[in-house]
Amino acid sequence: MIKTIYSKGKIVAKTGNEVMAEAMRQIEPDVVAAYPITPATEIVQIFSQFVADGVVKSEYVAVESEHSAMSATIAASAAGARAMTGTSSQGLSLMWEMLYIASGLRLPIVMAEVNRALSAPVNIHGDQSDTMGARDAGWIQIYSENSQEAYDNMIQAVKIAEKAKLPALVTTDGFIISHCMEVVETYPDADVKVFVGEYKPDRYLLDIKKPYTLGAIDLQDYYFEHRYQIAKAMIDAKSIILDVARDFEKTFGREYDLYEKYMLDDAEIAIVVIGSAAGTTKVVVKELREKGIKAGLLKIRVYRPFPSQQIVEDLKHVKAVAVLDRADSCSGAFNPVYSDVAASLYSAGLTSPKIINYVYGLGGREINTEHISGVYEKLKRIASGIEKPSNQVEYINARIK
Amino acid sequence: MKKEEIEECHSEHIHDKKLTAVELPVGDIVEAGTAVSFHTGSWRSQRPVWNKEKCINCLVCWISCPDSCIKIIPDEKKVSVIDGIDYEHCKGCGICARECPPKIKAIAMEQEKK
Amino acid sequence: MAEKMIEVRWHGRGGQGAKTAALLFAEAVLTTGKYIQAFPEYGPERMGAPVRSFNRVSEEPITIHSDIINPEYVIILDPSLIDSVPVTDGVDRVGKVIVNTSFSALDVAQKLGIFASQVYVVNASKIAVETIGSDIPNTPMLGALVKVIGTLDINGVLEDTKVKLTAKFRHKPEVIEGNLASIKRAFDEVTN
Repeated sequence: MIKTIYSKGKIVAKTGNEVMAEAMRQIEPDVVAAYPITPATEIVQIFSQFVADGVVKSEYVAVESEHSAMSATIAASAAGARAMTGTSSQGLSLMWEMLYIASGLRLPIVMAEVNRALSAPVNIHGDQSDTMGARDAGWIQIYSENSQEAYDNMIQAVKIAEKAKLPALVTTDGFIISHCMEVVETYPDADVKVFVGEYKPDRYLLDIKKPYTLGAIDLQDYYFEHRYQIAKAMIDAKSIILDVARDFEKTFGREYDLYEKYMLDDAEIAIVVIGSAAGTTKVVVKELREKGIKAGLLKIRVYRPFPSQQIVEDLKHVKAVAVLDRADSCSGAFNPVYSDVAASLYSAGLTSPKIINYVYGLGGREINTEHISGVYEKLKRIASGIEKPSNQVEYINARIK
Repeated sequence: MKKEEIEECHSEHIHDKKLTAVELPVGDIVEAGTAVSFHTGSWRSQRPVWNKEKCINCLVCWISCPDSCIKIIPDEKKVSVIDGIDYEHCKGCGICARECPPKIKAIAMEQEKK
Repeated sequence: MAEKMIEVRWHGRGGQGAKTAALLFAEAVLTTGKYIQAFPEYGPERMGAPVRSFNRVSEEPITIHSDIINPEYVIILDPSLIDSVPVTDGVDRVGKVIVNTSFSALDVAQKLGIFASQVYVVNASKIAVETIGSDIPNTPMLGALVKVIGTLDINGVLEDTKVKLTAKFRHKPEVIEGNLASIKRAFDEVTN
């Protein structure tokens, strides 16, 4: 039998969506308001079944759109409830204006998000365009490589959000993880409940003994300070995320950080990537290591807040780095993850590593070990000086010519 | 929160010293009861004048006033009765005079002398 | 030394249960202590459309999340797919194709253009009709796959499938019994 890491853990076969719903059942928030959308539908569908069956005491609000889902979640959170929702792609887009309100009002909402391409053309498959577009919305963003991480991240996100007083979203790659059945270790309900704890907001609107106004207008004299508070909260969230990760490891045994280093410490060439492609990259890194090639991987788990200073420390010894984005900014220049990594390195005064940017996997386009091997081949040539790094974005497995 | 605390908090808010991002409550929170500190009566052009003799204490003016400017107190039987008008906050909209029962007419609007 | 990872591709038509078969197979294999993956391919979701689903089985944790290109085992739930879908794509000379058909392995091999030694046949539709009462060939093909792979314990698979089906069909015990009988029969009847 496959051994559990936690003594009271249980090995199950579940899809990404199933484990996210399972985490929500164990967290048992006061309120969930959601609207179904592929490929995230199952999360709230399964959860609504838990509500209907009386398995959880949560209030489920069936709304008529994602805009309303986020509005109802905000209202519930402001009233003092532990509130959650789930969505994907177009649904997240429809929530847009409310996303900023959730963070602006500093409400610790947790969202289960399944990464999916944005229309047009219509596409239901996985890429990270949806949440990358929401990267400036003041939400903590935690990405999951697989179902196990999705489950663990959901449980941690509740504590993180409530301590940081910021909303948090946890993602999986659409279909690739959301609909892939894998081996997952789940923990007993009681232990998850103890870990998550009871939500005790400092102030909440239904506290009639301490009335206050929430969401008033701020003009030139106060808006700036309130927005700065959010930026500062993001900076502070880094240590909160690490504290929660330490507690999580102490309780359940699994180690988490802002990002994962895979054979990176002595690497000469490395890929920086987010999500399920990191798992495929690990296979390639292992193969290259067997051939004596010093390849490594840096998988970003927490993209917002961005672990800028920490990443510099772990990348500065690498000769050549490729940053893989599963979203295209259409900026005429570079893409989100690359821009953050490059800015971090440059602001640290470094002239190395050499760094290149790839876009991959839009609309669920396949990325496999051959594609990733190709990237490492290129990095080898750049590291040894045979090839100069391109100052333009390159595309993996796309017919661009 | 006590009234003095609210007033102290808001005197900071609306007067000279602006709070910094560190001092400001997080999350776009404004304490309740801030209207106490805003003296909106200064720009009134007409003022309601209450006639205690005519008034039957039906409280229609009190429930109609959008700015809670009709002052009430308990009488000897602990029943609420009108005690006058809060001119610090009354903007002179005239709703109280309009809503006062026509047969009573205990509130009249008079031109503000400036 | 760890065993090589086993990769499986299921071909079916919408409604035949290719996705369910992959999920049932994965869960059953998990009970034998192996790491598993099961994932369907999502395309046009309508009855009768060609659909595919996949499995990975390994002694080690599976981190790869790309498509399966060179499956070691291919299961064809509907023989009419042989004419319309490239079912042998990526199947090398040691790959094995298991077909739900009334024809012989030799006939099917000729049609597929691969060696007869690579082809296994079982009349899963007939078995399904006789045991379950309708032509849903996915569970019998599960039994055939377990037989052809050879390293998995059929009793473990039967036990796990019973647990899964009991949870789903506790008010229809005949469905549970029928499905289990179909798995056992296909396990016994699949031939090369």
